[in-house]
Order: sequence, then structure tokens, then C-alpha cells
Amino acid sequence: MVEDLFLKEIINITILSLRVSGTAVIIGAVIGIPVGTYLGFRQFKLKRTIMRLVDVMLKSLVNTFMGLPPVVVGLVVYLLLTASGPLGWLGLLYTPAAMVITQLIMVVPIIIGVTMSAVASVESSIRERAISLGATENQAAWLVLRESRVGVLTSIIVAFGAAISEVGGIMISGGNIRWLTRTLTTAIVVETELGNYSMALTLGAILLSIAFAINLALTVLQLKGPRR
Amino acid sequence: MIAVELLNVSKEYSGRVVLRNVTFNVHEGEFFVLVGPNGSGKTTLLRILDLLEEPTSGKIFFDGEEVDYYKDRVPLRRKIGMVFQQTVLFDMSVYDNIAYPLRIRGSLSKDEIERRVMNVLEDVELRGFDRKNALTLSGGEAQRVALAQALVTEPRLLLLDEPTANLDPKNVSIVEGVLSRLNKERKTTIIMTTHNMFQAERLAQRIALLNEGEIRAIGTFREVFGYQSQLTW
Repeated sequence: MVEDLFLKEIINITILSLRVSGTAVIIGAVIGIPVGTYLGFRQFKLKRTIMRLVDVMLKSLVNTFMGLPPVVVGLVVYLLLTASGPLGWLGLLYTPAAMVITQLIMVVPIIIGVTMSAVASVESSIRERAISLGATENQAAWLVLRESRVGVLTSIIVAFGAAISEVGGIMISGGNIRWLTRTLTTAIVVETELGNYSMALTLGAILLSIAFAINLALTVLQLKGPRR
Repeated sequence: MIAVELLNVSKEYSGRVVLRNVTFNVHEGEFFVLVGPNGSGKTTLLRILDLLEEPTSGKIFFDGEEVDYYKDRVPLRRKIGMVFQQTVLFDMSVYDNIAYPLRIRGSLSKDEIERRVMNVLEDVELRGFDRKNALTLSGGEAQRVALAQALVTEPRLLLLDEPTANLDPKNVSIVEGVLSRLNKERKTTIIMTTHNMFQAERLAQRIALLNEGEIRAIGTFREVFGYQSQLTW
């Protein structure tokens, strides 16, 4: 009976972790890939000094946000969603939705940054070749995105890796409530504090397996391409 | 009939003059070769002819019609084929690389695309390479795929920027053979740049000598160089 509950809780924690991080990354990809592609394209097109300055500022901002401390993000989300906060009326604090918002804020800059670099690295030569072969600007842009697909996929995998292993932010905004907002990372913290090492180690092994699967996927991607 | 005409074409980058009042014309079906040392403006001139760059001043005419840079240049560019010195191929099969310019035009059936791709693969002696990833090819093979990409659309004007610069003699011979046949049999107008004076002598009907952005001489090889075909830069 106890073992059954132990197993059920582990499954609940694992599924919640995958659901929260997966949702954050899917939404993050929907926002981040178009923005990253746009910024990757812009660098060769902007001629005017003022626009170049805006471009540099935007890219610096993205790079800064790629290294956002998760606890700070958690704190900001907490202050926004707390009952007296500007978004308190939504009633999202200490729910999986609050955790998704926290991780979303963290993963969007990662997806934008990696996508931007991937697109920018092939933009000039591929776009020009496509245009020379008779492509319209849209056809050339599509080809550039296709040629940087490995980088775009990498951005998603890196973002998922960052999200699933994050602890500070979701601890603050999710509250680490058993059966409701407890994820692999926050559970490891609490189980270690309680001295439940077997539970903590089991969760740690699951987290490590997920991390290994992510790295395996990344390595396979890097081996498969791009070949240029 | 004049296929291409340049009238006082100049190009500057941040005040640095790369081309200065370049004026010449190329006849339909002519094999025209631009020779000149590094930095003489050959590549810039070809990029302007491929409509990838606008001249700072001057006019360009294709079939007697002046290029209007305010208009959509895609229809005009689709009549031109260009092979860059640095080969840029896409991360897809050789077949898909060559089919790409036909597919984006959207006017040919799948069967017609296949027929044209296979024919041009035969022309550049790359039969059996269609399924290989283009990025796994050797330098010579890659350059021949780039040539095939430019040829498959059957362009009226073919621009080649030192297409054999980094190739071994076997690949040079294949590329030169393809260009010669194309020019003689299909009467395609070709403008090519090269460092290789022997190659210029072998292929060109007329030569223009470009130095420091200016045309210094123009005419047949003999008119430009007399008997000094051993001239080196």
C-alpha cells in the first residue's frame, strides 16, 4: 500500500514536471522561433545607424535574459500573481499555470537567442544564393529557416533542458504543494530536507534520465547536421 | 543583337571606389571573359549584373531594356544564371539542390523537373549523384552541382565568377567542356571572370581587362594581349 502510494506520487511528480516544462517550451517555441528568426534576418538588412542601435540593444537584451536567475523570475511572477499583485485576480499563484509562466519567461530568451544565432549563421550566404537562383524574398526566407532547422531544434531542446532542471523559480511561484505543484526538482529538495533519501534518489535518477535523453537527442542532432 | 550593355557603371562602398565608369556590351550568344587581378572589381561587376547589388551610378540594359531598381527584379533575375566562386549548396540531396530553382518558379510539372535535372546531371558528369547529400561532395563535384543549378533553368545569360579557381585539371576540363557546348549549341550568352589567361584564351570570343575598377582594354585575346598569352599576374 505504501509502495503503491510511493509509486503513484513519483508518477504524478514526473508527469507534472514534463507537463509544466513541455507546455512552457511549446508556448516558448511559438513565441521564440518567429522572433529569433526575425532578429536573425535583421542583422544584414538594417542600414541606418538608429536601426542598427535598436538591433544591437534588442540582441543584447535577449542575451542578458538568456541568463536570467530563476529565483528572480519566480519572485517577479510571485509578486505579480499574489493576491495584492496586479494579476492577483487571476488566482493563478501556487498552480501549475504559475509554474508554466515562470518557466516560459526563462525559456523564451533561450529559444530566441539560439534560433537567432542559427538563422544569422546561414542567412547571408543561403539567402543570397536562393535570390540568385530566382527565389522571392519569402521563398529565400523559408529556405534560410529550413537550413537552420538543426539550430532551431537545438534551441527547443536546450530550453526544455533548462526548464526541467529549474528549481528556484517554480518553488516560489508554484509553492511546491504535494500532488499539485510538486515537480522532480522541488520534490528532491523537500525529500532531502525530510531525510527521505530513497525518494530523493529515485527522483534524482528520473531527472538524470531525462537530462541524458535530452543530451542524447542534442548529440544525435549535432552528428546528423548541419554538415556545412 | 546586344544582350547586355553597361553604361558608365560605377560602384562605391563607403567612399571606396570599386568600379569606375565601366562601359561595355556583350552580344547575344557571346562568350565574354573578364580578366584582372584580385580586387580589380570583377566579382562586384558580376554581382551587379546578377542584380544582387545596385550600381552607385550608371545604367544597365538587358535586351535593350534598362534595369529599373524600383521594380521587382525577380522576373529579370530568373532569366539569369550565376555561379559564385564560393560554392553555396543547400543541406539536401544533389537532386533537390538542382531542382530548387525550378520548383520555386512553380511552372513545371514534376516529370519535367525530373527530366531536366537528370539531363543536366548528365551534362556535368554527375550521373548517379542525385541522391547524395550535396554537402558531402568534394570541391569539384560541388562546383559542378552549382553549375547544374544555374544551367537547369536554361538561362539566357550565364554569369560565372572564377568557376574553376579551386578545381583540379579534370574538373576544370569538365566545366570548360560544359560551358563550351552550352555556348556553341544553345547559344547561351556567357560572362565569366578568371585569373587564368590560358583559360581566357581557350574560351573567350572577347576579353575585357579590368584593373582597379576600370576597363583598360577590350577585344579579342589577340587584340588585347597580342601574343603574350604567357602573361601572369
